[in-house]
Amino acid sequence: MREVAIIGVGLNKKWGELWDKSLRQIFVEAALAALDDAGVDKIDSMYIGSMSSGLFVGQEHIGSLLADYLGKVPLSATRVESACASGGAAVRLGFMEVASGMSDVVLVGGVEKMTDVTGSEATYALGTAADQEYEGYHGLTFPGLYALIARAHMEKYGTTREQLALVAVKNHRHGARNPVAQYPFEITVEGVLNSVLVADPLRVLDCSPITDGAAAAILCPVEMARSLGKPIVKIIGSGQATDSIALVQRKDMTWLEATYQAAKQAYQMANKGPEDIDVLEVHDCFTIAEICVLEALGIVDRGEGGRATEAGLTTLGGKIPVNPSGGLKSKGHPVGATGVAQIVEIVKQLRGEAGERQVKEARVGLTQNMGGTGGSSVVHILERED
Amino acid sequence: MPTPAKYWREIPQRYRLEAGKCQACGQIYFPPRQICALCGSREFTPTRLAEKGKLLTYTIIRVPPHQFADLAPYAVGIAELEDGVRLTAQIVDCSFEELRVGMPVKIEFRKIYEEGQAGIICYGYKFVPE
Repeated sequence: MREVAIIGVGLNKKWGELWDKSLRQIFVEAALAALDDAGVDKIDSMYIGSMSSGLFVGQEHIGSLLADYLGKVPLSATRVESACASGGAAVRLGFMEVASGMSDVVLVGGVEKMTDVTGSEATYALGTAADQEYEGYHGLTFPGLYALIARAHMEKYGTTREQLALVAVKNHRHGARNPVAQYPFEITVEGVLNSVLVADPLRVLDCSPITDGAAAAILCPVEMARSLGKPIVKIIGSGQATDSIALVQRKDMTWLEATYQAAKQAYQMANKGPEDIDVLEVHDCFTIAEICVLEALGIVDRGEGGRATEAGLTTLGGKIPVNPSGGLKSKGHPVGATGVAQIVEIVKQLRGEAGERQVKEARVGLTQNMGGTGGSSVVHILERED
Repeated sequence: MPTPAKYWREIPQRYRLEAGKCQACGQIYFPPRQICALCGSREFTPTRLAEKGKLLTYTIIRVPPHQFADLAPYAVGIAELEDGVRLTAQIVDCSFEELRVGMPVKIEFRKIYEEGQAGIICYGYKFVPE
């Protein structure tokens, strides 16, 4: 296997409700930013993560559409779907293609254009990541499913409503320093606790928003990256795993086995452990998700995610900063783009280009991107080469 | 609008709670499967789910998908039945204040939602307090 570097990253300029921009426009904006950052023009192949361009904008076949609008046909281009982990899955396929020697320069991207439909249609589209016949049929929504996890976690480990709120407060504090973020402002615990109930015990400020956004990264062999004379960030570990998509089928609803398994693979490949990680971008689609993810990644002990958040472990300036970008909560969650945007943030952190939200002396970073209630999970570990 | 076939083929589970019991290791699957995830056996015996259980977790959906717009807010939960199988369903015939983890529930046959214009009325199981 060849060593793989990330030589360019980019997002479209601003995430949010971009009514004047189409799916193809936001994707090309992000892809061009990544190509410019890398200083390359020619790519050999492209993978695009997108959860549901069909339900959100009525457009499938976007691999070819986006290759065309990027001016790159007859480029090999494939759209990848693994619900909200689509972006992470695209990164992993690009990594495998470069590592295998099949291609030299691969663009991995993600895009979701979610605001062309009403809120209720978006709720339906996102709900298709759950088991439609045995969860959706009974009226469960995504906030509803994570609410079931939250209630079980509170019951089993004594996690408090305030601890859940603190995840959102922390991520908004980080996101306030990110100009791309959809909601770049701070919120308070009282604000979260008084926000509208969506699915008890989760309130609207526990939930990541509906977002239009795109992200892209350029991968190539480390040898080639060295010849470009740019700071080198390598992908040193990659893991992906599945679990039943129906929450009801899992032995322990509070435990994200797919995330645990994906992390195990990535740690092993990287020859690193949780103690070696300086900064993380994780899938905080709901506040409870970040708590469960920290446990599954081994960053904290099982059941301790809420208390660790309350103790300030995961804040910028804390022992292990989590979601310096603002996470899905404040930066926004264009589902298919999220997994790639996590890579974008970690590359900026490891290059020391994260400005006001820079984690000091970050050398090793981890991304964790999750589909559904954890039915799929992708973990990558990145390291700066000195 | 989905075709009625998409609905009809789930009727054995939704109306009659038909599950599949692995002939080799005894694991019960709902819905039934073709291969046992635990032992790899492909031989199953049809079995009916236990109709009583205890609530493991629950929520109250206040922002529903469009098919359930007229019903919200409504409670949904996961219960562990007496045969060890876990089931997801709405919880009805009780106030939201009465809901608690560990609450005994039983399964009843109810209307789930209506597809609307020219669509069918969809039925299935719900939990009620025991």
